[in-house]
Amino acid sequence: MSLTVPVTILTLSLLALIFALILYFVAQKFRIYEDPRIDEVQAALPAANCGGCGFAGCRNFAEALVKAETFEGLNCPVGGATVMGEVAKILGKEAVAVEPLVAVLMCNGSPEFRPHTSKYDGVPDCRMAHSLYLGETDCSYGCLDYGDCVRACAFDAMYMNPATGLPVIIDDKCVACGACVKACPRHLLELRKKAKKDRKLYVACSNCDKGGPARRACKVACIACSKCFNVCEFGAITIENNLAYIDAFKCTFCRKCVTECPTFSILEFNFPPRKPKIKEQVETKTV
Amino acid sequence: MLLKNLALKTFPIGGVHPPENKLTSESEIQYLPIPVSVAIPVSQHIGAPASVIVNKDEKVKTGQVIAQSKGFVSANIHSSVSGKVSKIDTVIDTSGYKQTAVFITVEGDEWIETIDRGNEILTDINSSSEEIIKKCLESGIVGMGGATFPSHVKLTVPAGKKCDILIINGVECEPYLTSDHRLMLERGEEVLIGISIMMIALKVSRAMIGIENNKPDAVAHMTKLATAFQGITVHALKVKYPQGAEKQLIKALINREVPSGRLPLDVNTVVHNVGTAFAVYEAIQKNKPLFERVVTITGKSVSKPGNYFVRLGTPVKDLIAAAGGIPEDTGKIVSGGPMMGKALSSTDIPVVKGTSGIILFPSGESVRMESMPCIRCTKCTQACALNLEPYLLMTLSEKGLFERAQKERITDCMECGSCSYICPARRPLLDYIRLGKSTVIKMAREWVVK
Repeated sequence: MSLTVPVTILTLSLLALIFALILYFVAQKFRIYEDPRIDEVQAALPAANCGGCGFAGCRNFAEALVKAETFEGLNCPVGGATVMGEVAKILGKEAVAVEPLVAVLMCNGSPEFRPHTSKYDGVPDCRMAHSLYLGETDCSYGCLDYGDCVRACAFDAMYMNPATGLPVIIDDKCVACGACVKACPRHLLELRKKAKKDRKLYVACSNCDKGGPARRACKVACIACSKCFNVCEFGAITIENNLAYIDAFKCTFCRKCVTECPTFSILEFNFPPRKPKIKEQVETKTV
Repeated sequence: MLLKNLALKTFPIGGVHPPENKLTSESEIQYLPIPVSVAIPVSQHIGAPASVIVNKDEKVKTGQVIAQSKGFVSANIHSSVSGKVSKIDTVIDTSGYKQTAVFITVEGDEWIETIDRGNEILTDINSSSEEIIKKCLESGIVGMGGATFPSHVKLTVPAGKKCDILIINGVECEPYLTSDHRLMLERGEEVLIGISIMMIALKVSRAMIGIENNKPDAVAHMTKLATAFQGITVHALKVKYPQGAEKQLIKALINREVPSGRLPLDVNTVVHNVGTAFAVYEAIQKNKPLFERVVTITGKSVSKPGNYFVRLGTPVKDLIAAAGGIPEDTGKIVSGGPMMGKALSSTDIPVVKGTSGIILFPSGESVRMESMPCIRCTKCTQACALNLEPYLLMTLSEKGLFERAQKERITDCMECGSCSYICPARRPLLDYIRLGKSTVIKMAREWVVK
C-alpha cells in the first residue's frame, strides 16, 4: 500500500523519459529547416490573404519573397511601398517600385442611358445571368447589376449604387487585389494606374458591337468613331474590336479626348473644373 | 387500366410527374403563313456555326443552302423562304445572345427544283448507308428533340463500335408539348419510313419506338402502321419525366445502362427522335432539306393554341399572332418545354431547328417562389434520374467548390429540372448546378490545354 505512490511516480517518470527521448530523436532526425526570415516577413505582411499578389496567401508569398533573388514581379498590392520596403529591410534586398493600381468599372450603363428591355427573375448572381442571356438590357457586354464584384471584395471597397445599379469603387479602400476583376463574368473591371489626387480618366464602356447596335443598346456606349484616337497627342489611345482603350501609363490627363467623345463614354474624375471657355460641355458630360 | 399502367416499362431511378397540360393534342398540324421576313441564325445546332455563303441582295430560293457546315460536328443551314437577302447581321436567338443570322425579305415562295413537292408517300428506299449519311449532312438534319445534335454524326457508327438496335424517341415527356404526338398521328407512315432509312444507315435490323402512355391514340396508330414495317416495334411506356432523356429511354426500353460520361453507342444503341425520323424521310425521299418544323404554341390563357409547320427563322411573334396574340396575363414566354425550356427576352427571336414549342405562361404560374433554406427532405435526391445529390451539388457550386463538385459527378447532370421542380423549399437547385457544371467543364478544358 505504501509502495503505490513511489511506484506510480517512478513508472510515470520512466515513461516520460522514454517518450522524451523518442521525441528528441524524432525532432532531430526529421527536422525540417525553415528559414526564420519567413516568419519575420510574414509578420510584416498585412495578413489579408486576399491573393492579390498572385499567391494563395501571405505565407506562400513570404516564402516566395525569401526565396527570390530580386523583388521583380513580386508585390503586395495591399501593403504597397511601405510594406514592401519593410520586407526589403528584413531580407536585405532592394524594393522594386511598383505603381499603385486601383480598380475601375468599364461600364456606365445606368438605366438612364441603357433602358431595360426584359426582366430577369432568376438567382441574383452575375455569373448565372451571364450564362443565361445578355441581361436585362440589350447590351451583351455591360454590367448585369447583381453585385458579384461587391461580394468578392474583402476590403469593403465597393458598394452597389441603387440609383445607377452599378458598383462604385471607393478609391481609398481599394487595394487592387484583383478579386473583383476575377469575379466579374463580363470582365468589366480593370486595375489601372492610381494617379495623383485619385484622378481617373478612362473609357467607361466594354461594348464590342459596331456603332449602331452599341448606341441603340446604350446612349453612352463607345461607338469606336476614332475621334479620341485622332485627338490624342501621346499615342495613349488604341481602338480594337470597335472599342477605344486609354493606356493609363501613357495618358497625360490632357482631357482632350473627354470633350471630343460624342457619346460621353470617356469619364474623368477628381479633376479641377475646366476653364470657363469649355465649361458648358463639362456640365453636359458629367454623369 | 391502373394495373396495366403499373405493368408498363419505365426507368427505375428517380423521375417526377408534372401535370401534363397537353392542351393541343387534338389540334391538327396547320401550316403557318409564310412571314414577311425571316432571320435565320447560322448556329442552330450543337457544334461549329455554319459559315454564310450568300451575300447581301442575293436572291435565294426555298431550300437553298445559305450557310455551309464547318467541320464534322456542324450542319448546313438552308433558306426557309424565297426572296432577297436583306442583310447579314446579328439577332438574339434562344441562347439569349446575339448570333450571326441571314435576314431574308420574302418574295413569293419559289422552291429549288430538286425538291419533290408531291403529296404521295414514297415507301421504296433506294439509298445505301453512305448515301443516306451524306444526304443528312447536306440537308442539315439535326436532332429535333431540342438538343440539335447533327444527325449525320449520330448515324455514323465509328470504327470499333457497333450498334444493334435503333431507339426512336416518341416519348415527349415534357408537359404542354404535342408536336411529336401530332406528327406520329398525322405523318405516322412517313415517320416509319424515316426510321427504316435510319436503320439502313446504321445497318441495324431492329428499331423500337418508345411512346408514353398518355398518348394512347399515337401508340395504337403507330402499332397498326408498324406491322407493315419489318423490325420496327412500338412500346407504350409509363408516364414519367424525364423519360425522353436518351439514357433513361435506353434503360426503360432495353434495360441497358449507359455508364457515366459515356454515349449510347457504348451500349450498342443509338437514340433518335420521331421528329428527326420525319426530317430524314423528307430529306431522303423528297429531297427536302430541313427548313420547316412542327412547333406547338400553347398556354392556358392562349385563345387558339395549336400545332404548326413553321418555316425556320420565323419570328416567334408571328406564331403567337396565329395563336390569337399574347394574353394579357402573360408573365413569361418559354421556348421549349416548361421543364427544360428557356424564357425568351423578346418575341423577335426566330424559330430554329430546336424549337419544339412556345409556351405562354400566365404571370401567376411563371413567378419564382421565394427560396427557403434546405430542410434535408431528400426529395431532390429521390427525383434525380441519374442518382446524383442535387442539394449537395448546389451547395458546392454556390460555395465555389468546383473540384469537389466534379468528384460528385456534376457533369453527369442532364439539366432536366426534376430537382428544382420537386423542391418544397423552392431552392434554385438547377440554376446553381448548371453554373457549376459549366464551370467544371471549362476547368477540365483548361487542364487539357495545360
